[in-house]
Amino acid sequence: MSVAAVIDAPAGRQRRVLPGFGLTMGVTLTYVGIIVLLPVIALFLKGAEIGPVRFWDIVIAPRTLAALRLTVTAAALATAFNALYGLLMAWVLVRYRFPGRRLLDAMMDIPFALPTAVAGLALTALFSQNGWYGQLLAPAGVSVVYTIWGVAIAMSFTSIPFVVRTVQPILEDLDPGLEEAARTLGASPFQIFAKVIVPAILPAFLIGTTIGFARSLGEFGAVIFIAGNLPMKTEIASLLAVIRLEEYDYNGAAAIALTLVAIALVLLVLSNWLQSRLTRRRVPA
Amino acid sequence: MSLVISHLARRFGATQVLRGIDLTVDQGELIALLGPSGSGKTTLLRIIAGLDWPDAGGLSFDGADWLAKSAAERRIGFVFQHYALFPHMTVRDNIAFGLSVLPRSDRPAKAQIASTVDGLLSFLQIEGLADRYPAELSGGQRQRVALGRAMAINPRVLLLDEPFGALDAQVRRDLRRWLRGVHDSAGTTSIFVTHDQEEAFELADRVVVMNGGVIEQTGHPDEIYDHPATSFVARFLGLTVEVPVTMRAGRAQAAGIDLSALPRRAMADGPATLFLRPADILPVPDPQAPFRVTEIASTGALLRVVAQDDAGCRIEAEVPRREGRDLRKGQPVALRPAAGQIFPGGPQTAAVPIQTPMTLKEARP
Repeated sequence: MSVAAVIDAPAGRQRRVLPGFGLTMGVTLTYVGIIVLLPVIALFLKGAEIGPVRFWDIVIAPRTLAALRLTVTAAALATAFNALYGLLMAWVLVRYRFPGRRLLDAMMDIPFALPTAVAGLALTALFSQNGWYGQLLAPAGVSVVYTIWGVAIAMSFTSIPFVVRTVQPILEDLDPGLEEAARTLGASPFQIFAKVIVPAILPAFLIGTTIGFARSLGEFGAVIFIAGNLPMKTEIASLLAVIRLEEYDYNGAAAIALTLVAIALVLLVLSNWLQSRLTRRRVPA
Repeated sequence: MSLVISHLARRFGATQVLRGIDLTVDQGELIALLGPSGSGKTTLLRIIAGLDWPDAGGLSFDGADWLAKSAAERRIGFVFQHYALFPHMTVRDNIAFGLSVLPRSDRPAKAQIASTVDGLLSFLQIEGLADRYPAELSGGQRQRVALGRAMAINPRVLLLDEPFGALDAQVRRDLRRWLRGVHDSAGTTSIFVTHDQEEAFELADRVVVMNGGVIEQTGHPDEIYDHPATSFVARFLGLTVEVPVTMRAGRAQAAGIDLSALPRRAMADGPATLFLRPADILPVPDPQAPFRVTEIASTGALLRVVAQDDAGCRIEAEVPRREGRDLRKGQPVALRPAAGQIFPGGPQTAAVPIQTPMTLKEARP
């Protein structure tokens, strides 16, 4: 509570140090309404139009189901990898000082900055039969391109920064005294990590991985090049929605899109709830 | 059972932080490491804790070489300046931490840990806070929890880094007495770091004054207060007035200053410097005296009087307001110090600024 706010507060209405609450709040809400909320509502309305029976039929149609299954499985694979690798990356960037650290740090943003289609093309070129990686993997009988692995790799590429960039600041702000305290109290390095560091970064880590997962569900540009897009095999849900759209099957497209949104939304709500439970009593009331 | 520190040296890059520290701390003692910031006191504490290692020197406890042991093996209790409580744990879990991370073979049963924690909670008078999180506590309460957490492992030595640094003055005074009580009834050996002279003197059995990586003086608070061993200690303890004097037959002489109250000193004749506390100097009106009052300011209880002679020697005195009633600006006065400390050698050149000792004033929010 700032001193100014206390002094300035006349009876009844509390005044703030900086004016403009009405204006800024108004602009923010309008923006959220037009850009974020309205399209989602439109999507839900479109979905509602279809009717539950028809909606269900579209979703459990073999091709849709296969696409959804592939999308969710690949996103889960990508997220599992990102969770581990992203945490490691954030750790290395924060805890160690080495030449090229800043460069590595900046490189973490490339997936955000690069057009996803470019990423998809590059990955395809690398993993194709005569690409750098593909050449090495082919003799071992491993093929990445046109398989779920390719989809997962593309998804992981575009969503890795979410984990790194959410965990990194928390790790940076972590009071070194906490680890030293644990050390003087006899904790082993593993105990310090498990009992002191993990609980501190867990909320941010959860949010980062969930957002990464949600992003992977919807990833389009990077995936379609490497996936091969064989119906029933390597066709992702968002591509199927586009195909339906091109077939003028608006209901089909809306149903698939809505299912993706629902999965992402449920996850986000879940992770936010978890996060607020975890941090509930850590910040001063 | 004592902690022996010998010739300890530590360098950070180009900065020599500790330059040969020798100190022995006996079982049950409460020691204050007192010094301005940058004097190396916190580094010394961290080395004792095993959070930092010296470049040279030895550290042993009860005959065992502590430099070969990790922080965990030394079993010390460390109370951090900003408490470093685990934010995701309740007060109870924070205090139990040191016991719950013990190897399974040594770890007490859950019920036993709980009863130890309960005992500490009541010992530290924070029973009501057991299920709160650190964010829900005040500074003083956090301090108690931090101490409880450190004491739970029954440490051989309790180390406290600026234990009251982040608290306001009133809480600080209360906690100080409370900590003394805790130390006495727990019977541990304790070392704490402070830059607050009052805190060190009130709390400690023995005060170690540090400056620039060396120990300037070690001793009982009264001994240090009455007989500062070096000019640094004198200045640090508030003997901020420095007057050039001449020693003759063990007595200090200076024009316009009546030094008859000072005891005879076994010092060679020649130039020396007299260190005085402003409160120990009484200005007495004397038409013959070379000093003139140039400033008088009241702080309520005290008058701050500045007297100056023609040579530019400027002396600040603090007089109880009632006794200074007759003093006027411009009045010639003689100065009568009641106590002071003399060190051989002329005044160090202007390079020595008269530093106000670090007290709690600057840390007060």
